[in-house]
Amino acid sequence: MQIDLPLVWAAIVGLAVAMYVILDGFDLGIGVLLGLTDKANERDQMVNAIAPFWDGNETWLVLGGGALWIAFPGAYAVIMPALYVPVIAMLLALVFRGVAFEFRALAESSKPFWDSAMIGGSALAALCQGAILGGLIQGIRIENGAYAGGAFDWATPFTALCALGVLAGYALLGATWLVLKTEGAIATRAREQAKILLLVVLGFMVIVSAWTPFAFERIFERWFSLPNFFYLWPVPLVTALVAFIGWRALERGREVMPFLSAIALFLLGYLGLVISVFPYLVPPDLTIWQASATPSTQMFMLVGTLMLLPIILGYVVFVYWIFRGKVREGDSYH
Amino acid sequence: MEFDPVLIARLQFAFTIAFHIIFPTFTIGLSAYIATLMVMAMVTGRERLQRLAQFWTRIFAISFAMGVVSGVVLAYQFGTNWSRFSAFAGNVIGPLIGYEVLTAFFLEATFLGIMLFGWGRVPMRLQVFSSIMVALGTVISTFWIIAANSWMQTPAGHQIVDGIAVPLDWWDIIFNPSFPYRFAHMLNAAYLTSAFVVLAVGARYLLADRHPEQARTMMRMAIGLLAVLAPLQVLLGDLHGLNTLKHQPIKIAAMEAHWDTFGPGNFHVFAWPDEEAEENHFAISIPQGASLILTHRLNGQFLGLKEVPPQERPPVKTAFFAFRVMLAAGFFMVAAALVGAWLMWRGVLFETRWYLRIVANTWWIGFVAVIAGWIVTETGRQPWIVHRIMRTADAISPVTASTVATSLALFVVIYGIVFAAGIYYINRLINKGPQSRALESPAGLPTRPLSAAHDAGREALASRG
Repeated sequence: MQIDLPLVWAAIVGLAVAMYVILDGFDLGIGVLLGLTDKANERDQMVNAIAPFWDGNETWLVLGGGALWIAFPGAYAVIMPALYVPVIAMLLALVFRGVAFEFRALAESSKPFWDSAMIGGSALAALCQGAILGGLIQGIRIENGAYAGGAFDWATPFTALCALGVLAGYALLGATWLVLKTEGAIATRAREQAKILLLVVLGFMVIVSAWTPFAFERIFERWFSLPNFFYLWPVPLVTALVAFIGWRALERGREVMPFLSAIALFLLGYLGLVISVFPYLVPPDLTIWQASATPSTQMFMLVGTLMLLPIILGYVVFVYWIFRGKVREGDSYH
Repeated sequence: MEFDPVLIARLQFAFTIAFHIIFPTFTIGLSAYIATLMVMAMVTGRERLQRLAQFWTRIFAISFAMGVVSGVVLAYQFGTNWSRFSAFAGNVIGPLIGYEVLTAFFLEATFLGIMLFGWGRVPMRLQVFSSIMVALGTVISTFWIIAANSWMQTPAGHQIVDGIAVPLDWWDIIFNPSFPYRFAHMLNAAYLTSAFVVLAVGARYLLADRHPEQARTMMRMAIGLLAVLAPLQVLLGDLHGLNTLKHQPIKIAAMEAHWDTFGPGNFHVFAWPDEEAEENHFAISIPQGASLILTHRLNGQFLGLKEVPPQERPPVKTAFFAFRVMLAAGFFMVAAALVGAWLMWRGVLFETRWYLRIVANTWWIGFVAVIAGWIVTETGRQPWIVHRIMRTADAISPVTASTVATSLALFVVIYGIVFAAGIYYINRLINKGPQSRALESPAGLPTRPLSAAHDAGREALASRG
């Protein structure tokens, strides 16, 4: 039986990116939301809600980028130079965000500085990731297998739109995680923030969904040609339904459903993008099959990945289970 | 200002990786030490050991975080700045790094959560298990990354098809000729460096007459380990050198500033290599010293730099001086280890204040050795990025020099701030010292006040005596 290795790997890279976006999404989102309160104990509680998880969450970023390199070196070698500026900015933002976890716990007079580092770092990382997404969708110029554009080709109104959309999306994930993990004033406020953010995110999704088919002919073709349209029209409908369920869950004081709805919303947006772009890993020219590594490489990596991913997912679930329940006020940082 | 894009890209990678290597070096060693303390604490039931583990865990957390964020930078930098290398070598070394992520990074990162936040929440067994998993993760990580880097030094198990390297035999790729030596050498370096830090902290406390029991425990454990590992490192280094002579003879020639194959193989303690004139000035040498080390014969010959044209030679001054810095640091550590062991055997270690003063102020020496050693091995490989297969100059991304110069400037500034803060906070934690009460409940209150008081009383009595 012939396995389409590039297709399998596209699914794995897709999975790793989805895991990253959801998991680091909520902790970046909370980093951003930290800026909306100035009470020290509230900030501490919000950080404690993510402290045991952030490092494991961020590891999915390394897996996503790594898997892209391993399975699709042709794409990796083009995407990274093309999106140099947002990638580097994202990395520097993550440096500040990462060390801020430790430094703010130890700092006395410079705690406000490290809080700003966490807020600013989280926000910048989110914006950059959105810009990277937008830059990828709008396409990258390739000549002779290498990037052939300038340092700022990616910077367009469209990528700015995507950047803000991802920022709002992560903030939504963060707010709904707080609803799940905290109680008292923080949880109540997070619930209100989540409702606003839900509307904002939905707004961005509508704008991007309308923009992409009209800005990019290939995407218009993908969605509106027949018979595609008959298969694809449920996607926006289901999205609206999920948003509605999420809203009702927030209104009715539900604790877990808001976070699950936010995840579902993200996955639907993600699905929409995949539908728009597949099979081009680097629009408009490079497909997954063209960018692929050799079968030997993909197979060698696949065998191990199929064995290890379930184990990894297993102990990730385990850690979330160990730290289940509400973050109590007075929980100290190790 | 005209920047050479290759040089700027090299400077950026060199800077970010030199910064990064400091933290995994410390993390590998310290995680093993913490795991050891945790197991001992669980087995003996001595709370003092648990408190010592908790003390080092707080310091560990800082080092780990800085290692993670600087590591993510490197993972993406292969693509941003070295895309041609990534396209060329990705089929071969990509999976090695992929397995590093899957088998090591997730393991460490996940169990770190329990290690840092599990106190009072999870049973002691799980706490101990988590610290062992983190220590194990760091070793597995070292395995994979050294395999990948070693392939760049002694490529094997591949073939070149359509201008890129494709895998032939995965066993040969991973266990390439230089891998076992470099893996052993680096792993030992990590344990050695960390042991020296523990020794220094112990000495510092004794000099200040604080936490005397903990300080003595730390020094005893550190010296015990150093007395074995420091001399072992000399042996591992020698074996590594012999392997390098076999597979990368021009690197050895540069390290020794050895120009003529048939000339005397003197070991230059100091010299000023003149790369234009292809000779050394102001040489202070041990006659036949290099021949002896490299060929185990007094008149043994080894390849000189003049065997290859100048475009195939690494930067001689860099490799030469970095190597001597590493040797100096390394032999200092051997001396410190052996002197310390002798003093301990004579029972006067804790009262020998001149020794305590020296080691307390040289906690950084292992890091100097590690960075110097890495400079030797990486610059010694130049002008190749993959030894004799791909040149560094052909490996960069199509990104302008000014863009890279900007990102380099940002890295220098931001890493500078973060590093300074890290050292400051670690120093603060060391000044604070191990807690006198075990942190067992989430609110930070001891759950066994009597045993905490008992320990505190014993410590107070011990420091008086």
